[in-house]
Amino acid sequence: MSANEIFEKVQKIVADQLGVETSAVVPQASFQNDLGADSLDTVELVMALEEEFEIEIPDEAAEEILTVQSAVDYINSKVTASA
Amino acid sequence: MTNLVSKRVVITGLGAITPIGNTLSDYWDGLISGRNGIAPITLFDASRHGCRIAGEVKGFDPHDYMERKEAKRMDRFAQLAVAASKQALADAQFTINDLNAEQVGVMIGTGIGGLKVLEDQQEINLTKGPDRCSPFMIPMMIANMAAGLTAIHTGAKGPNSCPVTACAAGSNAIGDAFRLVQRGYAQAMICGGTEAAVTPLCVAGFVACKAMSSRNDDPAHASRPFDQSRDGFVLGEGAGILILEELEHALSRGAKIYAEIVGYGMTCDAYHITSPVPGGEGAARAIQLALKDGGLTPKQVSYINAHGTSTPMNDSTETAAMKKALGEYAYKVAVSSTKSMTGHLLGGSGGIEGVAAVMAIAHNKVPPTINLENPDPDCDLDYVANKSRDLQVDVALSNSFGFGGHNVTLAFRKYVG
Repeated sequence: MSANEIFEKVQKIVADQLGVETSAVVPQASFQNDLGADSLDTVELVMALEEEFEIEIPDEAAEEILTVQSAVDYINSKVTASA
Repeated sequence: MTNLVSKRVVITGLGAITPIGNTLSDYWDGLISGRNGIAPITLFDASRHGCRIAGEVKGFDPHDYMERKEAKRMDRFAQLAVAASKQALADAQFTINDLNAEQVGVMIGTGIGGLKVLEDQQEINLTKGPDRCSPFMIPMMIANMAAGLTAIHTGAKGPNSCPVTACAAGSNAIGDAFRLVQRGYAQAMICGGTEAAVTPLCVAGFVACKAMSSRNDDPAHASRPFDQSRDGFVLGEGAGILILEELEHALSRGAKIYAEIVGYGMTCDAYHITSPVPGGEGAARAIQLALKDGGLTPKQVSYINAHGTSTPMNDSTETAAMKKALGEYAYKVAVSSTKSMTGHLLGGSGGIEGVAAVMAIAHNKVPPTINLENPDPDCDLDYVANKSRDLQVDVALSNSFGFGGHNVTLAFRKYVG
């Protein structure tokens, strides 16, 4: 899976979960500051990403995933590593 | 007791989302035209259930009342309550702002709470594991969340709570809200009941209690309170909300006044978890207490919106209770069960039936009990069979009884300045 494909999937999940337009889900967008996520949304979002990409995101890693780009980077490293 | 503040409390706004209409005017039109709201269950596959019919709310779109994301984080019982509360506030033309927010409260009861989300998440827990449960499960499920979310959505910062007294919850909420305004703890209350329990587990549980109708082939005639061939209640869903307001406050802003709430009676049978006490003495005392609280005599009562669930036990016991409380005069009172049309909304029933009682006063018109073909000999009052009736309604009572032996009667009166 290319980084671009990962981004597109992340974009869709984030838009669905947070009820925002896909166009707002840009790489530099912060979940909490730009996309209106609260702490519960963030937990749910991480779960949805785990499910979609069949990976496990430990709590320590999840705490570092604050923007769309950081989510894509983390998933990319996991997916590439397991491929 | 003599030093207690006692203010008059009036109803200035109404909201209703019900199996027979999703606005106040639709609901009232449905009530007075005898509209049936019962049909085969569509919200889940009920093919294996002993009861496969219900009074579902049709065509409700939560996005008419809230953002997509907000709706997603709410169980249906809370969506219905928030929506009906917004309707009621708009109807009252009541604006909550920085100046009055702390004087406006919310009291919304429910019998069950967010059962749908609980069932869905338990499925996930069992199939995918506890790590996959949603962080929103608990805040979506807990029964008080209809009241909490209504405050969030309206800005009402005053007293806020949630009676959970089974099928009496909506009426307890209205009664408790009445007390808060009467005693000066709030200037206005958004109050009523909500329920959305047409779910696989809830229907299974009530079927197991032998409480539900199994007239699956004839849903339109399944809810038949006081009829000899009634065979149980039909589950309904929805929310009914009233805006209660301190009289002077309502007058000062030129509000339209539907009626006054004057009495609240509450008792317990202390007898059995699901069966009413034979003879209905607990319910009779609730009626008597509501009359006494409102300074009313039996002869002033024009209309009673009965609990009238269509279970064999309730309808005859409630009839006995009304006779015990009102004496011979019970035969002169128009009594109807609007559950014949809406089904039984459990904790939501007190809300929509409070709305019905208030509308009966406002319009001098009494909704019927539909499907009443052959009255049970033990049910020998005037149940306004099958057709609504024009009637001068000065005082209307609303009865609600719940598992646990809870009995609640509310007394509403035509407002006279």
